[in-house]
Amino acid sequence: MTFRFVSRKVLGSLATLLFVVCFNFFLFRVVESDPVSALFRGRNISQQQRQQLQHDFGLDKSKPEQFVRYLNQTAHLNFGFSFETRQPVTSEISARIGRTITLVGISTLLSTTIGIWLGIIAAWRRNTPTDYVVTSTTMAFYAMPDFWLGLLLLAAFAESFRWFPTGGIVNVGSGATGLSHLVDEAKHLFLPGLTLTLAYLGEYTLIMRSSLLDTMGEDYLTLARAKGLRDATVRRRHAVPNALLPIVTLAAVNFGFVLSGAIAVESIYSWPGLGLATYNAIRAPDLPMLQGLFLLFSAAVIVANLAVDLLYAYLDPRVRTA
Amino acid sequence: MTLLEVEGLCVRFPTRRGLVRAVDGVDLTVEEGEVLALVGESGCGKTTLARTIVGLERAQEGTVRFEGKEVRGRGRARPMRDYRRRVQMVFQDPTGALNPRQTIYEAVAEGLRVHHMGQDEERRVADALSRSGLRPPERFFTRYPHEVSGGQRQRVVIAGAMVLEPRLLVADEPVSSLDASVRGEILGLMRNLVDTTGVAMLVVTHDLGLAWNIAERVAVMYLGRIVEVGRAEEVLQSPQHPYTQALLSVVPEAKHVEQQILQGETPDPAAIPPGCRFHPRCPLYQSGDAEELGIAQQCRTVDLGLAPIANDHVVACHARA
Ligand SMILES: Nc1ncnc2c1ncn2[C@@H]1O[C@H](COP(=O)(O)OP(=O)(O)OP(=O)(O)O)[C@@H](O)[C@H]1O
Ligand SMILES: [Mg+2]
Repeated sequence: MTFRFVSRKVLGSLATLLFVVCFNFFLFRVVESDPVSALFRGRNISQQQRQQLQHDFGLDKSKPEQFVRYLNQTAHLNFGFSFETRQPVTSEISARIGRTITLVGISTLLSTTIGIWLGIIAAWRRNTPTDYVVTSTTMAFYAMPDFWLGLLLLAAFAESFRWFPTGGIVNVGSGATGLSHLVDEAKHLFLPGLTLTLAYLGEYTLIMRSSLLDTMGEDYLTLARAKGLRDATVRRRHAVPNALLPIVTLAAVNFGFVLSGAIAVESIYSWPGLGLATYNAIRAPDLPMLQGLFLLFSAAVIVANLAVDLLYAYLDPRVRTA
Repeated sequence: MTLLEVEGLCVRFPTRRGLVRAVDGVDLTVEEGEVLALVGESGCGKTTLARTIVGLERAQEGTVRFEGKEVRGRGRARPMRDYRRRVQMVFQDPTGALNPRQTIYEAVAEGLRVHHMGQDEERRVADALSRSGLRPPERFFTRYPHEVSGGQRQRVVIAGAMVLEPRLLVADEPVSSLDASVRGEILGLMRNLVDTTGVAMLVVTHDLGLAWNIAERVAVMYLGRIVEVGRAEEVLQSPQHPYTQALLSVVPEAKHVEQQILQGETPDPAAIPPGCRFHPRCPLYQSGDAEELGIAQQCRTVDLGLAPIANDHVVACHARA
């Protein structure tokens, strides 16, 4: 991979990020021109308090001045204070980010690996009952909206069967430590994780299946077989690695959707991560919090895409020199 | 000496249109160190025959003998494995025949590893590349297929085949996907490899000029069957089968003969006519000449095999029997 290729991709991502930062400023000023009254909707505050607050939020300055101030603060990762909790947005986010990374990370890992595996099986046994069962089941989960799937699983496994807790990260007041604490956490993670995994599994299965079927028609597989390579070796060495390429792209594109899926799923299961924080911030509305979350999500998607561009170039030599 | 002997080979594909008899009773031999061209119009079963010979398609009937021993079974059986080394295939499109994620070195070395010929692998790969005209070979080791030209890609495929020191090279239209300017070079290379290493070659082509240029013998295929085989000069200069005559009459160089455009629709391998499979389109039969010769009845009802008419020249035609 050339230095030019990498630097071009990195610069491109930085430009996108800068655009998002600027866009963020205008977006939140268009949505809400007077956050102070929004915050204290229906409550009485004195004119003096009001002015003090406007000053605190920097709303008494001109728009260009506000913009410069915003850029400066953003550069220092300062997104102001949450309207709701009065805590810095940065600390609100850092307190929750780990839980979302756990949830999204585990379910992305599971949905990609299981999806790829099922896709390989379906392609290798195409037009057999195995293929039909795998394809139609995953298709059904894929077609369901994630919040709907989440509610179904919640109703079935948490409310009817009571196998799993309905929400939170640990049982309230259990005070358990060590292994039993870990088990408790895993139980709470199970249903939200399952929802996100199932919701995205189908897409990976279907894409992997069709990609592998495409690849299997290639002459180089036939030639490898003619040279005496066993079918399983041909599959492992030639077919699957080449068929994986579209999956890499899909995973990056999906990353944004998984984050939005996390908003729905975390709200349903009261999983106190960034998704739930987003849901609450929208309801409030808590503009500084939303602004910080929005920026973080955008940055995450941009970084994911950059990572995939570089990974793709590493995996596919044809891209490297392009 | 006879290297490859194909007898009564039948390959059928069940399809929605019915049973497609792509290869329908083929008899053919390839002598050691010779180039045999297999010609015939599109869809007559040339590719299927070639793929069956290298073991990519399973024959329902007939036998393939290699160096006197019957080739059968698939996959891991020891004789089959040996056969897969000694018979190599070259495809029409070298771009598709190379894994885009493999370097040229990897592509050539893969066969060596399969057949446990990995000792001094690097020397063998370098040798094969340079004998295929990619010099200096080291410069090509780390390149990817998309970084070299189409002609060079075909040279890589040929190197990947030759590195295994095969006795027979089966090439399915090896130059038809290449730029006209490099076709001659690649054919020259293949002819040269035959002359220097003694490998035999079965070249599938629908280009009679190509057959004329590189082949010692020519086999003509029609609707799943070989209808004429002989030395290239004989078959191409004094064709005996009416089908061969028709094929040759439309070649631009053949100005001295009257052009014969074949009557009737292109034949369907799912519905092979009874009797001589060519009779519905045969100029001899359609013009009434067959009637005059008193063989029209046979043409319609008797399916015939190849019969010798001269030294090493065999034809399947009632008029020549
Ligand atoms: N896998 C298959 N399934 C069904 N029919 C097939 C299959 N492979 C080949 N055929 C049919 O068998 C016949 C012979 O095909 P083949 O590819 O061997 O012809 P060919 O002489 O190589 O033609 P071309 O010059 O166009 O390459 C065709 O009618 C084709 O449609
Ligand atoms: Mg063909």
